[in-house]
Amino acid sequence: MHPGKASPILEVEGLTLSFGGIKALTDVGFEVAPGSITTVIGPNGAGKTSLFNTISGFYKPSVGRIRFQGADITATRPPERARLGLARSFQNIALFRGMTVLDNIKLGRHAHLRTNVFDALVYFGRARHEEMKLREEIEERIIDFLEIDHIRHMPVSVLSYGLQKRVEMARALAMRPKVLMLDEPVAGMNREETEDMARFILDVREEWGVTVLMVEHDMGMVMDLSDHVVVLNFGQVIADGTPAEVQADPEVIKAYLGSGEVSELRQRLHQALAVGT
Amino acid sequence: MSLEFDWLFLAEIVLAGLGAGGLYALTGLAFVMIYKATRVVNLAIGEMLMIGAYLCFGLVTAMNLPMWLAILVAVIGSGVAGALLERVAIRPMLGESPISVFMVTVGLASILVGVVELIWTSEPRRLPEFMPATPVMIGEAFVPPKVFYGFLVAAVLIGVALAVFRFWRGGVALRATASDQQAAYSMGIDVPKVFSLSWSVAAMIAAIAGVIVGAVGGISSTMGVFGLSVLVVVIVGGLDSVLGALVAGLLIGVVESLAGGFLGGEYKLLATFLILIVVLLVRPYGLFGTHEIERL
Repeated sequence: MHPGKASPILEVEGLTLSFGGIKALTDVGFEVAPGSITTVIGPNGAGKTSLFNTISGFYKPSVGRIRFQGADITATRPPERARLGLARSFQNIALFRGMTVLDNIKLGRHAHLRTNVFDALVYFGRARHEEMKLREEIEERIIDFLEIDHIRHMPVSVLSYGLQKRVEMARALAMRPKVLMLDEPVAGMNREETEDMARFILDVREEWGVTVLMVEHDMGMVMDLSDHVVVLNFGQVIADGTPAEVQADPEVIKAYLGSGEVSELRQRLHQALAVGT
Repeated sequence: MSLEFDWLFLAEIVLAGLGAGGLYALTGLAFVMIYKATRVVNLAIGEMLMIGAYLCFGLVTAMNLPMWLAILVAVIGSGVAGALLERVAIRPMLGESPISVFMVTVGLASILVGVVELIWTSEPRRLPEFMPATPVMIGEAFVPPKVFYGFLVAAVLIGVALAVFRFWRGGVALRATASDQQAAYSMGIDVPKVFSLSWSVAAMIAAIAGVIVGAVGGISSTMGVFGLSVLVVVIVGGLDSVLGALVAGLLIGVVESLAGGFLGGEYKLLATFLILIVVLLVRPYGLFGTHEIERL
């Protein structure tokens, strides 16, 4: 799986985003290879979430292009991007509180449903019925896969943080995405929860064939899981390559030196070398 | 004071109160819909109701439409106007502080009153009779026919609205939007469409309520004060609770009617606002209001 070999599923090109004179992103460009796990890292305030929000369509870039499966989606609205196969989770969990786990997951199918009256009239048609059945099967598979069967009828607001993150992932998967965007999937999790989530992310790629694009701070996990790492600092890409390339990059070490995480990074590097990655 | 309590009088007053309460509940439903979807406290709901009634009046008098057609066209016209108001006055305020948006709706109310006075003057008018005039008796109690049929229409409409929210996917989209706009948007729910749809449907519901209120008590450019009682209803019930609007609507209707019947008309609003104060003291989020929305 070498990024760059197949034509990229997602391309970001010369993206510049500013909020009233302050540049959040400057000429950001990278590619996501189909079937890869690509991670965006960078110190706090580097523009990672802004980048995610631009790819989701919440923010309009002043300059630049976003291409999904070769098609320009820069001007496409978020609901249509969801329909095309872009699903995401949020840094601060954005579940529909007051609804159960199952209701949240079922809302994932909304992306592919139309809401006009004429479709509602054929709602009970045979094809419709079969499609509904198929969706339910997929939802069951997702619930099994993420091991959340025991909480399916619980309101999401009573669940632990780690479980809520998992439900958010389930909901995104229910949209049957081609690219799954995860904004800090293991932030605030303990070791065990982090390992579970890492396993799920790998399985999402292996079993579901979904390309993963994530933002993450947990360096150990980033280096273990990722095929491709993009490093942002002050809204610019300062490095882009395999985990090993990125770790050796002096620019990256300098960027992290400022935020005091370099020792951790070096430690990880040594660990990674020791296990022979 | 006579020992013989007039139970029939009480029954008639309660029934009349329920009739008025049905209209409060219906208009409250329109208010809650807007609040749930867009988080806007819409102070112009009474004026939207007035516009519906005047549209109907105008269609009958100026264009000689039959009453049923006038009502239909007025309701559709109000729906279009509602969507337009959202697009022109509310959407640009997205992301502004709730107080600013609230003030926009206050301004909106004045503008709507101004429009009505410009076209139809501030002279009170009467809507043509369109409801059966035969007295309605429930047991021995007499209910004014307009109040009875008004209540019937309100009850049916509320039932339809609840069923639609429950079983139509648009209702699910509304619930999701009410719960988390960003998440809903990223999941394929067209949030701006939910916004304009909620304003449009709320305006249509308000228009129907306006026609009934106008049929009962006549129409005038000050009939928007009806919205004041509705505001009390939704605050008592909880801004985001449909169930709250229904229960509080009936409650306020009955209490107003009791106060008016036993103490005199000037005590009506006193009773209404007394309830408001008590509820706000005991349950600041209203009877059924929550931070989170449980049902629709």
